[in-house]
Amino acid sequence: MSNEILIIKDVSKKYRLGMIGGTTLRDELQRRRAARKGLEDPTKVVNSKAEAHTGEEFYALRDINITVNEGERVGIIGHNGAGKSTLLKLISQITAPSTGSIEMNGRIASMLEVGTGFHPELSGRENIYMNGAILGMTKAEIDSKMEQIIDFSECRQFIDTPVKRYSSGMYVKLAFSVAAHLDSEIMIMDEVLAVGDMAFQNKCLEKMNQVSAKEGRTILYVSHNMNTIRQLCERCIVLSHGQVVFDGDVEEAINLYLGRKHNFEKEIIVTDEIRELSAPNVPVITRIDMNNSTGIMAFGNNMKFQIDVENRSNKHYDFLLRIIMKSASGNVVTMSSTHNTIGLEGRQKSSYSLEMDTGNVVPGKYTFTFVLYEVGSMNVDNNLDVLRDIAEITIKADADFNHGMPWNSRWWGNVTNGDLEVSEC
Amino acid sequence: MEQSKYYKKISAEEKGLRLNLREVMKYRDLIFLLVKRTFVSQYKQTILGPAWAVIQPLLTTVVFTFVFGNVAGLADCGAVPTFLFYMCGNITWGYFAGCLTNTSNTFIANSGTMGKVYFPRLCMPISTVLSQLISFGIQFVMFIVFLVIYLFIPGYSIKINLWALAYPLLVVEMAALGFGVGIIISSLTTKYRDLQFLVGFGVSLWMYGTPVAYSLKLFGTGPLYWIARFNPMTPVIELARYGFLGPEAGSIDPPAIIVSLIVTIILTLIGIFKFNKVERTFMDTV
Repeated sequence: MSNEILIIKDVSKKYRLGMIGGTTLRDELQRRRAARKGLEDPTKVVNSKAEAHTGEEFYALRDINITVNEGERVGIIGHNGAGKSTLLKLISQITAPSTGSIEMNGRIASMLEVGTGFHPELSGRENIYMNGAILGMTKAEIDSKMEQIIDFSECRQFIDTPVKRYSSGMYVKLAFSVAAHLDSEIMIMDEVLAVGDMAFQNKCLEKMNQVSAKEGRTILYVSHNMNTIRQLCERCIVLSHGQVVFDGDVEEAINLYLGRKHNFEKEIIVTDEIRELSAPNVPVITRIDMNNSTGIMAFGNNMKFQIDVENRSNKHYDFLLRIIMKSASGNVVTMSSTHNTIGLEGRQKSSYSLEMDTGNVVPGKYTFTFVLYEVGSMNVDNNLDVLRDIAEITIKADADFNHGMPWNSRWWGNVTNGDLEVSEC
Repeated sequence: MEQSKYYKKISAEEKGLRLNLREVMKYRDLIFLLVKRTFVSQYKQTILGPAWAVIQPLLTTVVFTFVFGNVAGLADCGAVPTFLFYMCGNITWGYFAGCLTNTSNTFIANSGTMGKVYFPRLCMPISTVLSQLISFGIQFVMFIVFLVIYLFIPGYSIKINLWALAYPLLVVEMAALGFGVGIIISSLTTKYRDLQFLVGFGVSLWMYGTPVAYSLKLFGTGPLYWIARFNPMTPVIELARYGFLGPEAGSIDPPAIIVSLIVTIILTLIGIFKFNKVERTFMDTV
């Protein structure tokens, strides 16, 4: 049985738009007097339809309910302004919620920023004490972990130098090391791994995995980097406009977050708003037909499209077509281009059917980018019309694909080149 | 949910005074480190270092002795050396003013740290009061050195008496008063920054309303004397001078002392109460 370690219940956080700190003492006094007498707010705009101060109110979070079990590694994703940081701030007690309650069954180590409390004039060692104490460690605890922290930070040589002489990378490494060695039951991190070099980032992720697996610590992690979310988390919450819109499987959450704007459409009529035009009068793609009514294709098939091209210029164009296939996480899988140029006279329209070899692309969700281009002098390609990530398809596995196991693109990529041939010799 | 020893609940509505002194105690290492940080970083990259803690009040005392003592003749202290009269008042007042000024910008000066990590917010003003105590300690030693020197100079009469032993209590009272008024101001400055500008002016105004630059005797028994007695800092300075320098320099005024203690307790309680209310959401308004 897993134990609940964090229960967030009906939590909302309300801000007053444009009014934060912007009240004058007189307004404030009037408002208070009115509130005491049970009158309407006198500073409210007259005749405003809404209730007192609605319209000036903004919910950064609204009715959030989340329960986290002990040892879980939960990722939180969402677009800017979705409320991720506000949620972390509430959990780490930096500010109080407007409604609802948060219960926690353990100490919280929050890293909303690295190096909180670092003082530039103090040495690395002194700052470890300082930072550790701010995060809630006692001096004895820090002493017992000092050597580990210094080793992990890779800054031993400079540990008695004032941190103002440190490079920014060293600064971050030192700060992360302190936080990673905290004795806490719940760790909260807000994109702190975004800094530091690749090697150190990987080291941090490893450390996080280790503390979670070995010591059973709970981790809440906010990031815009889907790869670190994939590596670290086993559950993912998607926030949008202050509400939880998804809570569950990591891949599904990431797909929702990355791909919410294109849903499958059989026929795509292209409007000028979504294309990246190189010039006003060039050949453009006006319509794409997916040749598929469900958006789902069985593994091993080729993608077929039908497209309409309109030449908006008066002169003849010899163009080529390129289709780029991307996985749901945004990685490019493959590209196919037409071999020969297609000629189209000025002010003409034409339809073409295309077939792309996708027989080896593994099951998953994919998007397609269409590029209409010409090859100029010196073999430089010149894009005429680009439709980025406009179409979408889901490739489904058949029962015996990969012996029925789900395909893990992180380790195995997006393309399989058939079965491994084996023969005795 | 089974409640472990670290169970904690945060809810939107919390009423009443929630002091959490136990939590502050748990963070005592942080308080000491903050004190150390403030003191050490203050004098880093200065040539004279902590000597500045001595030089500043020394120069002020010299100026006061000359301007208010010799030129204006406001030091009515008989055979007590004017220099000691001013030094005693100055360092005592200096500690109070330091506590008040530095606690008054607790929230604004530390909003960076407080916006990123939780710790009992009360740690900050407490550490301020304690770090002021270090420079005050150095200054006090300087005062004692001068006191001893003057004791051996003939012609002066310094009647140091047992009331000097009450001085530590006065320090505690000043710490409480400076802390109380300081956190009231810091709680208000999260919304109204105006007060920030008034603090410096207000503190010097308060100083001139307290017998630091002059003797209380100059007021005689007129209305000014009655007003001065309601100033909680008046009996503190007077008692300090009485204890170290004798009846010619200071006085003991029991009713004023009681008023001063009551005012201090009330202001400190209001301060803590106000602080408690503001600390939960000040990040939204600061």
